[in-house]
Amino acid sequence: MSGVSVTKAAEDAAPEANDLVVLSNVNKHFGALHVLQDIDLTIARGEVVVVIGPSGSGKSTLCRTINRLETVDSGAISIDGKPLPQEGKELARLRADVGMVFQSFNLFAHKTVLENVMLGQIKVRKADKKAAEEKARTLLDRVGVGVQADKYPAQLSGGQQQRVAIARALAMDPKVMLFDEPTSALDPEMINEVLEVMQQLARDGMTMIVVTHEMGFARSAANRVVFMADGKIVEEATPDQFFSNPRSDRAKDFLSKILHH
Amino acid sequence: MNVLLDNFPAFRDGFIGTVSITAVSSLIALVLGVAVAGFRVSPVPPLRYFGTAWVTLMRNTPLTLLFLIFFFVVPEILFPGMSPFVLGSLALGFYTSSFVCEAVRSGINTVPLGQAEAARSIGMTFAQTLQLVVLPQATRTVVPPLSSIFIALTKNSAIAGAFSNAELFGWQKLMSDKGYDIVPVFIWVAIGYLIITFTISGLFRLLERRMEVAR
Repeated sequence: MSGVSVTKAAEDAAPEANDLVVLSNVNKHFGALHVLQDIDLTIARGEVVVVIGPSGSGKSTLCRTINRLETVDSGAISIDGKPLPQEGKELARLRADVGMVFQSFNLFAHKTVLENVMLGQIKVRKADKKAAEEKARTLLDRVGVGVQADKYPAQLSGGQQQRVAIARALAMDPKVMLFDEPTSALDPEMINEVLEVMQQLARDGMTMIVVTHEMGFARSAANRVVFMADGKIVEEATPDQFFSNPRSDRAKDFLSKILHH
Repeated sequence: MNVLLDNFPAFRDGFIGTVSITAVSSLIALVLGVAVAGFRVSPVPPLRYFGTAWVTLMRNTPLTLLFLIFFFVVPEILFPGMSPFVLGSLALGFYTSSFVCEAVRSGINTVPLGQAEAARSIGMTFAQTLQLVVLPQATRTVVPPLSSIFIALTKNSAIAGAFSNAELFGWQKLMSDKGYDIVPVFIWVAIGYLIITFTISGLFRLLERRMEVAR
């Protein structure tokens, strides 16, 4: 009897050491709007979690709280065992370990593509210029925009810009990558080129938190789907379970609206 | 006789005086103005309060009053024995820094928020974000108003003349005391100022054109 409980405890402890991002009891308000309500979410190393849900459900906000671009009112967030510090040098150091890809790309408009990918390496990681350039070129080749290295962001298509943004985040060797609706601002024909890069990243074992409306990506790349509505996590399941047999009415309703037409 | 040729050394000293005060206080205004603009958008509340207080105080005090304070109060309590040139440059530089600050801040506000968010998300500190990402993109917007501010500064430097500085406008008083006809005196003074202000606007136009190419 006691032997069983010991084994059980050991099993419980094992995944904890493997937890990379832990949100516990997180609450946030925008004025009167309670945008995040008692959020508990744990993401393990190497896991790909896709967050879906209707507009205004708080999924982007959730994504942005993880590197503290949004502050939270209560609750705790920790990354790799360290709680998020207050604004300052320590937070900056932690953010360097958390890659972020935005809906609107946000490439530095006054820098070339190559400089965009080099800047963080040189100024934050203190890499020397030559090593930074080499790494930047490798990453740009990996996401398929190597030939655009010397252009400015405005000269690239949306899909290309977003792939550069992914390369810029990867250049920091992040422990986890956050994607805040990475394909929502793209023309339909450019969505796939970005998703393919993300899929490759998932296959390579990167820990990823992806807020998206791309159900195909959720099905093919996610280990787990988190469904949010009205500031709460309504359902968590594997993609298969979630798409074929959602438990909550809210999720059934959401899926019926997006899948059947 | 010709007022300029007869008194050229004094005119030249006045011209050089105006140029030096303008140059030194422009530099003070630029450095302080950018720094205070950084304070005003900083995430640290005390810095923000200081920035707001600085701008409110400097921008709303009449320049002559500021000069009076710098010449009669500051040496008494802080640093006795500063030269009129230093005191005048400081007064003018501090005053103009508040205008520079607001021009820079309006430039900062034209840079999309996403740029700063992206910089912070790759681990840059606030200072790095401002220096490497936001300010370079704000510069283009800030250059045209800065040109006006520095031209205004040039003309404001005339007040320093009333506080024992040799400068262009002070030469006018010297000449009229000597009994010269006032009209040619003023014309020469005006030409002196025009040379400086045209140089400033020319420099800024050059700067603007270079930045257009850079993008």
